[in-house]
Amino acid sequence: MALIRITSPHVHKPASTADIMRLVILATLPGVLAMTFFFGWGTLINILWAAFLALAFEAACIKARKRPLYFYLKDNSAVLTAVLIALALPPFAPWWLTMVAVFVAIVIAKQLYGGIGQNPFNPAMIAYALVLISFPVEMTRWTAPFMLHGEGWNVLGFIDTLQLIFGGWSEHADAFTSATPLDEMRHRGGLTTEEAWRASDVLANVGAWHAVSAAYVMGGIFLLYKKIFSWHTPAAMLLSLGAIATFFYLIAPDSYADPFFHLTVGGTMLGAFFIATDPVSSATSNKGKIWFGIGIGSLIYIIRTWGNYPDAVAFSILLMNLAAPFIDQYTQPRTYGHKAPKRGIKEKA
Amino acid sequence: MSKIFAFHGGIHPPENKKQSTRAPIRLAPVPEQLVIPVQQHIGAPAKPCVKPGEHVLKGQVIAVAQGRISVSVHASSSGTIVEISPKAVPHPSGLDATCITIQTDGKDLWTEHQGLGDYRALERSSIIDFIRNHGIAGMGGAGFPTDVKLHLGDDHIVNTLIINAAECEPYITADDMLIRERADQIVGGIEIISYLLNPTHILIGIEDNKAHAIRVLEEALRSTTLNIDIVVVPTKYPSGGEKQLVQLLTGVEVPSGRIPADVGIVCQNVGTAAAIYQAVQHGIPLISRVVTVTGAAVSKPQNLEALIGTPLKTLLDTAKIKRDQLSRLVMGGPMMGFTIEDDGIPVIKTSNCIIAATQEEMPPAPPAQACIRCGLCEQACPAELLPQQLYWFAKSREFDKAKNHNLFDCIECGACSYVCPSNIPLVQYYRFAKNEIRTEEAEQRKADQARQRFEARQARLDQEKADKEARRKDRAVQAAKTQAAKKTATEAAEANPEDKIKQLKTAAAITRTKLKKALTALETAKVESSDNIAQLDLQYQQAEHAANDAQKALESAEQNPPPSLTIAPDIKQLKTQAAVARTKLKKAQQALKIAEEKSHDGAELLRVTVAQLEEKAKSAQKAFDNVDENAAHNSAAQETLPKEAALNAIDLKALKQNVSIMRTKLKKAEKAMELTEASSPEATELEQEISRLTQLHQQAKTQLDNEEARKTSIAAAQGVDLKKLKIDAALARAAVTKLERSIKKLQETAEPELNSPELDKLQSELAAAQQKATLLNNTLSQFE
Repeated sequence: MALIRITSPHVHKPASTADIMRLVILATLPGVLAMTFFFGWGTLINILWAAFLALAFEAACIKARKRPLYFYLKDNSAVLTAVLIALALPPFAPWWLTMVAVFVAIVIAKQLYGGIGQNPFNPAMIAYALVLISFPVEMTRWTAPFMLHGEGWNVLGFIDTLQLIFGGWSEHADAFTSATPLDEMRHRGGLTTEEAWRASDVLANVGAWHAVSAAYVMGGIFLLYKKIFSWHTPAAMLLSLGAIATFFYLIAPDSYADPFFHLTVGGTMLGAFFIATDPVSSATSNKGKIWFGIGIGSLIYIIRTWGNYPDAVAFSILLMNLAAPFIDQYTQPRTYGHKAPKRGIKEKA
Repeated sequence: MSKIFAFHGGIHPPENKKQSTRAPIRLAPVPEQLVIPVQQHIGAPAKPCVKPGEHVLKGQVIAVAQGRISVSVHASSSGTIVEISPKAVPHPSGLDATCITIQTDGKDLWTEHQGLGDYRALERSSIIDFIRNHGIAGMGGAGFPTDVKLHLGDDHIVNTLIINAAECEPYITADDMLIRERADQIVGGIEIISYLLNPTHILIGIEDNKAHAIRVLEEALRSTTLNIDIVVVPTKYPSGGEKQLVQLLTGVEVPSGRIPADVGIVCQNVGTAAAIYQAVQHGIPLISRVVTVTGAAVSKPQNLEALIGTPLKTLLDTAKIKRDQLSRLVMGGPMMGFTIEDDGIPVIKTSNCIIAATQEEMPPAPPAQACIRCGLCEQACPAELLPQQLYWFAKSREFDKAKNHNLFDCIECGACSYVCPSNIPLVQYYRFAKNEIRTEEAEQRKADQARQRFEARQARLDQEKADKEARRKDRAVQAAKTQAAKKTATEAAEANPEDKIKQLKTAAAITRTKLKKALTALETAKVESSDNIAQLDLQYQQAEHAANDAQKALESAEQNPPPSLTIAPDIKQLKTQAAVARTKLKKAQQALKIAEEKSHDGAELLRVTVAQLEEKAKSAQKAFDNVDENAAHNSAAQETLPKEAALNAIDLKALKQNVSIMRTKLKKAEKAMELTEASSPEATELEQEISRLTQLHQQAKTQLDNEEARKTSIAAAQGVDLKKLKIDAALARAAVTKLERSIKKLQETAEPELNSPELDKLQSELAAAQQKATLLNNTLSQFE
């Protein structure tokens, strides 16, 4: 009788890392659909292209590192990173921009640090920040919501979009680009917020962004329900951003955008539910996650309002990634049977 | 209905309890052999009190509790003790332990047993001892001796008694079935525990998945006067963990590193309560228990009442095991149980469940993936730890940090491992880290003890050394004092002539007696014309010499105080010698005269002797004169360098050699004399030769004595006590050797860098000692 000899526990919940990643990818679906609806086929094409690149880069790295290829590829983490990059980039981003971003994310930000679970920063955000700084022109050419043209969402066909992305930029394409609402708000010159709202076409069609944000929230709630992440990070991040925005809006509504605007445009919702909740690079304990979220929310507002960039989700998350290990040291939970939680690392425990 | 206080975390694994609750509890068959370990509980193993070959009855004590935390072990059935030897026992380590094997006789005959009857009339401590002697240990899993917990009322205030019926582990239904079928026993047991601990509240914690058991229990509680609350808690693993149940039922947390009794709570398992009832009411020791035999590899999962010591094989066969499908045999629950490789292992007091699992039921763990810090473990941890952080720390061997993150509050419930999506064996990592830390601490303790011992030893040795040194110094001081005292005494004696004279008188008397004896002997010999006249003569002469010496000394002491030490002794000696020679001459002359008168045979011989003595007297006188002159010269040349004195000195060694040569020659001649005829011409020749040699010997000796005396006087003249000098030189040499040895030892034994100051000190001391020794040797050689 050859019996297995192993220590407890002997049963295991049938769940895997791949399942978690797949669920997160699944949860981006409403967002992807909204994006496609409002900004055309570009998002979908980018997702597929990025996913292909991500798997290729991942496979190359795993091969180079002499690791079991299938074992690591099947964990879905590279695909998730690719999807998040594709959602963050402008829908008509040229093919090479996506390639650079995915290369940075998978090879530099993830595999060079030791692969899954070892990266101190969110790979998608590292990639986004790098291409934003390196290619500002391409990165700011956001697609105009098609409804602006009154022709519905299918104004640019799938093949046209493919040509646009892989064939190169043409003058023709300029017709489909516009600034984002955040750009408009940031670069409104001497106008008050009130005047800006009236003057800008982009701001007039902010509803597209609201809808996309709402789609992300749906996905996020699904993940919360599935207990893929806890509510602490997104709640803390959104509440702190909202609170600060409200505070300044109440002081000077002419100078500062309203809190609803801050919460529903740009990458706020994508960041709150899909990026900041990345467990690898975030704080560990529930208490830590709250501080982590508060840090992100505050930094987003500060950079958006007083910084050089119109959006700041990537930078804020990266900065808080940097702070996560520190936060961890001071936010240990109170263990059962202990009077107070431990803080920091003491030499003599 | 009591309020429920939720605890953090917990998981909901598939229960798998239904399978084994369909059939009632059945009695397992009595096996041919019972293997009963002497340790089935936490604490000290019981001591076997039976011998192989002995026949035992069911319920008879076969091993006695040893020490405070221990319980007795009883024979589960009647039969013969086959052996007492180490055998495989149910323990995660898989190690063997002492077991008593009983060959059952199939009669299952009981020993005499009786309950306590009305236990309320008895002393609490005697009831508790009764429980201890009936082998009752916690039946929930840990096996902590129950009597120890029942004694908690002595030094703790027990507010709450919690009866643990949660049975949160999947698969296990032993407690569930026990409640369903024997609730009255449990209630009876609770009454006994309640009498012993006298708690204010009694709570029975039970999970809501045991609806049948709850109903039965409620029914049973109607018969008791005690106010017992059944607290139904939601099914969640590990609500049956002692700490978790305490929190669930009371909202109180057991402080880290403490026991529930410290917060006024005592927990007992339902099975234990029933066992206490059986012991106290019927005198039945803990010799059987309900075991759940389940798992997909048995056809008839059920609960069996098995005798302690029954091999698992018997139980598995009773439950119709499908051996071809069995892949993992777990004793205990799937969350905290341990695997067993051998189905010959016996059931013990803590064996609540046996899971015979198939490959599909408990597949081998897939390879672990990287931790993505998803935090699911943290959400599941009932101890509110950060399992993923502990995992990183354990993996990177940062045990300090792991300890800081309260690793030792981990109850190893396995909830974190259960939920981990990366299949990381987290609990194994924590066990590893805990073991490493424990080992490290044990080693640290050991090292500390060794260091303390070493330091103590070092201190002791240093103390001994210091003591020795002190003693040596004391001795030196004492010696110096004695020396001084002696000197003072001598001086006093010299200053006080009467004492000295007294001494000298005694000495003179003694020598005179000796002289008389010698003379008598000589005369007798002469009368009898013995062979040894010459020898006796020599003895006589020596005695005479001594007597004269003493007389002279006495006279000189009486006449005048002793002269200064410088030249006095040898002059005195020489004078004495001259006088001795003269006396001898006189005596010899007298003897000759007598001999001539008597026309004795030895007259001729005596004549020769007289002539010789004449010569000797002359030479003695001459020597005396010489020395006298020398002494005068020396006293004049007291200021001359010692070197010069040494150069001028006659070679002492040569003189000594001369003396010894003479002595040897003399002896040889004497021997030859003994061998020849006394009256033969050869004898005469020899006698002459002997006399000559004797004379020569005497001369050489005199010369040597003179020289030595002169040396001493020279040294003394320069204020050097030769004897003292010699002693000092020897001491210095000894000191050098000693220092060299201690330096060598130091270099060999200890780490040089640690002792370098000491070493330096010793080396400088050595140099000084060497210098001193050389100086002393030089000085000494000048005088020798």
